Amino acid sequence: MNLVAVGLAVATAAGVVTAVLAVVVPSRFHAAVSGIGTALVGAAGAAAGAAAVLGQPFALSLPWVLPLFGVSLEADPLGGLFVAVAGGAAATAGVYGIRPARRDSGVRATSVVMPLFAFSLLLVPVASGVGSFLALWELMALTSLVLVLTGRRRAEAVEAGRWYAVMTHLGLVAIMIGLMILVAHAGGDSFAALRAAAGSVPPAIAGTVFVLAVLGFGSKSGILPLHAWMSRAYSAAPGHAAVLMSAAMANLGVYGIVRVGFDFLDGARSDTARWWWIGALLLGAASAVYGILQAAMSSDLLRLLSFSSTENMGLILAGVGAAGLFASSGSGALAGLALVAALLHTLNHSAFKALLFQAAGSTVEATGSRDLDELGGLRPRMPGTTAAFGWGALAASALPPGTAFVSEWLLIQALIHGLGASGVASSVVLPVAVGAVALTAGLSVATFVKAFGVGFLARPRSDAASQATEAPATALVAMGLTGAACAILAVLPSLVLPGLGRVAGSLTGAAGTTVDGAVTLELSGVAGSLSPLVVGVGLLVAVVLAAGAVRALAVRRARRAARLWDCGAGPLTPRMEYTATSFAEPLQRVFDNVVAPETGVDVTHPEESNYLVELVEYRRTVPDRIERRLYRPVLALVSAWGSVGRRLASGSIHQYLAYGFFVLIGLLVALAVTR
Amino acid sequence: MSALGIVGGVLQAALVVAGSPLLVGWMRQIRARLEGRVGAGVVQPWRDLRKLFRKEAIAPAGTSEVFRFTPLVLVGSTLVVAAAIPFVTDASALGPGADLFAVVALLAMGTATLALAGLDTGTAFGGMGASRATTIIALVEPSLLMAIFALSVPVGSTNLASIVHSALRNPAQVLSPASLLAAVALLMVTVAETGRLPVDNPSTHLELTMIHEAMVLEYSGPDLALVELSASMRLSVFLGLLASLFAPWGIATSLDPVPLGVGVVVFAAKVLVLGTAVAVGEVFVAKLRLFRVPELLAGSFLLGLLAVAASFFLSRQP
Repeated sequence: MNLVAVGLAVATAAGVVTAVLAVVVPSRFHAAVSGIGTALVGAAGAAAGAAAVLGQPFALSLPWVLPLFGVSLEADPLGGLFVAVAGGAAATAGVYGIRPARRDSGVRATSVVMPLFAFSLLLVPVASGVGSFLALWELMALTSLVLVLTGRRRAEAVEAGRWYAVMTHLGLVAIMIGLMILVAHAGGDSFAALRAAAGSVPPAIAGTVFVLAVLGFGSKSGILPLHAWMSRAYSAAPGHAAVLMSAAMANLGVYGIVRVGFDFLDGARSDTARWWWIGALLLGAASAVYGILQAAMSSDLLRLLSFSSTENMGLILAGVGAAGLFASSGSGALAGLALVAALLHTLNHSAFKALLFQAAGSTVEATGSRDLDELGGLRPRMPGTTAAFGWGALAASALPPGTAFVSEWLLIQALIHGLGASGVASSVVLPVAVGAVALTAGLSVATFVKAFGVGFLARPRSDAASQATEAPATALVAMGLTGAACAILAVLPSLVLPGLGRVAGSLTGAAGTTVDGAVTLELSGVAGSLSPLVVGVGLLVAVVLAAGAVRALAVRRARRAARLWDCGAGPLTPRMEYTATSFAEPLQRVFDNVVAPETGVDVTHPEESNYLVELVEYRRTVPDRIERRLYRPVLALVSAWGSVGRRLASGSIHQYLAYGFFVLIGLLVALAVTR
Repeated sequence: MSALGIVGGVLQAALVVAGSPLLVGWMRQIRARLEGRVGAGVVQPWRDLRKLFRKEAIAPAGTSEVFRFTPLVLVGSTLVVAAAIPFVTDASALGPGADLFAVVALLAMGTATLALAGLDTGTAFGGMGASRATTIIALVEPSLLMAIFALSVPVGSTNLASIVHSALRNPAQVLSPASLLAAVALLMVTVAETGRLPVDNPSTHLELTMIHEAMVLEYSGPDLALVELSASMRLSVFLGLLASLFAPWGIATSLDPVPLGVGVVVFAAKVLVLGTAVAVGEVFVAKLRLFRVPELLAGSFLLGLLAVAASFFLSRQP
């Protein structure tokens, strides 16, 4: 029995049936139906993807579905990996989206589109023709656009939708041009034809295609400079849609870059190709540092998580770029290691980002605010959500025993062992990349200490936070499942590493596994080993030992509740707590030149004297600098062009007829002259 | 995991727990004498710990489990690190998994937990200390990793045991330009990570300047004892790490009692010498303004980068 075919068939059936059912059921149940259906789609997809990674073949051609090129699907290990991740993310997002019938179910359109979006995410990585790929990519973009537009806060959703619609289509145009150039060169639409012609792509064409692919696919992952839609769309979309977008859709950008770079441009592993890969590596490193800096400055919980996605996608792109760099200089083992690191980080990022977005979504729903400066004190009120966010924050800050630690360790190992792998270029670029990764790791600790410590611990900073209630049981179950996945990836990455090694091997030609060992991970080809399980167990044993020693040594008396130290000036109010803004202030000062914050202080004096102060108003915003510098001028140019164009439209029908007439004449003259 | 590694791990952990308060006492005594004071004696930190362990534990209003478990996590993570680094024996208790990155990440995890505990109290002091401490670890991380990178280039691995073995086999390697640059960079990192002058003043309670003390202001009784103990353990662990990386001589390579005894004595002596040097240095410097600290750390990062460049370009045979 072909598990891939069965899984994808079940996912298709479940997706379509659920979408139809969500249209017809009474309004109390549509969220529940949609959630169950999406979870089914996801579970079936995860099974299909896992089977494909393990090497089950699957190919399907449906020439009648779309005109001209039809739909052709084929599963290989690389595609299977991304199907499996998308399936897992859809399963937990589905469970998370189930709402008991007595609660507010949200907008019906969300429930209808959600299973279709999950379904499109499963199909994009198995498309095996340029036409089918672009069609499915667009289906994914459109369904996610509808999901963004169904967000609760109307004005914000519309604005986010506008940004997203424009930028996803700019990305699509870049991808389309790139792939079309390849198709024209290969003379065929199928991926197999592109692969066959890969060896003969001239360097100039290969370079153009690669740059277009990195721009277009990178925009989906939030890579600079086309990242501006991401924080808007993730913040505006309904909670479970944001989970799926951040944990599954962003990965497909990585999929596209890997597919084009390693599969379609195989012959470009030449000396010129090395410079493209170095460019990708540096772009990834820059995205990582810029993303985490913006996240560190942000007081908006959802914006913070979105920029952390830019950071993690940047790290993944850096890993992919390093893999390409090593492959182009003939170091197969190192290339395999770097690619495994990037793929494992993709997996880890999906797991912990799904968890974080679930917890953040529940928090926003319970308090109505996503401003960290208004949250706090959620531990007694939302214990499950707080635990989930804490576990996710540990994973995201790349500290042991968290999830991202292992993949960042692998990435750093690949970078430091590659120091002399490809000449002087790599010996200059790689230390810079290591520095960037290290700075990213350090800043992510600060970011997530802030998000968890200010957002969930201490005392509530607003009435809304002090009246928060725990998330519904289904959301807690979803967080539990995702948290368990994070825990497994953190201590037993050896469960997935052989599969990832197989994927990386099929792309870079690295023979055998790149990371061996069940308990201790041994790198093959270079010296390096790490045992996340032993570190975790050792930590647990040491903490238990310390607790035992304290019980044996210290006086055994119950803890006495006491007031906080308030300098004898009466109880502290929540207004005196450190806020997210004040927490980030030292870092903001250190990186003043990079983030360019805008601060304003207005002091109002009473009429009697200028030495007294009546009111002090302090504002600080940290604008997205790239958005300011790059997007503003472009937008201004477009709107200036538009207003020039409007002068042509005077409203006179005669004038319009004259335009048509003269253009036609002009064309005919041009044709007559050139022919 | 070898028998040597396990014996060494247990021995080192016990040694660090028992000895680090004495190290702190010794350093305070040196400072006191150099400043013309009599000093409280070398065992004063142990007396303080005994006093604190006899007091009752306090649960400040509004704090959660994070606040309560942080002292245990701090001591636990430092214990794992103390057992993992080859101080006394050349094999690690964590076996082949004793990676230098893992060790420094575990220490950073302890700092991050303490910062969370500071925020959990909900006081302005706690938040202030947490904010400053996370700023410093965010900036320390690049220099730390760059220094490790430089050390790993001649060895070809970041495994602690491999680095120590390589230095034992080839003593000239320790005196290479790359190694010396990395040593200076790591020393600056150590000063920043352990909260010594000129980055943080361990004996201040002035709100403008405190970092570590601000985070732990709400701790008292046994919890405070654990926090103080882990702070002194971190100091010994960092000094021991410097000693093992740049002067690994005397480390036991077999399970015989004589080399083990020599290993213990030599480790204690090396840490004591380094501690003395730090204490003497502290007498002559003043605390830096918080916003000047990044300049110090940028300098340390630059040294690390130079060390990497030197290790790559100078190790290549012409």
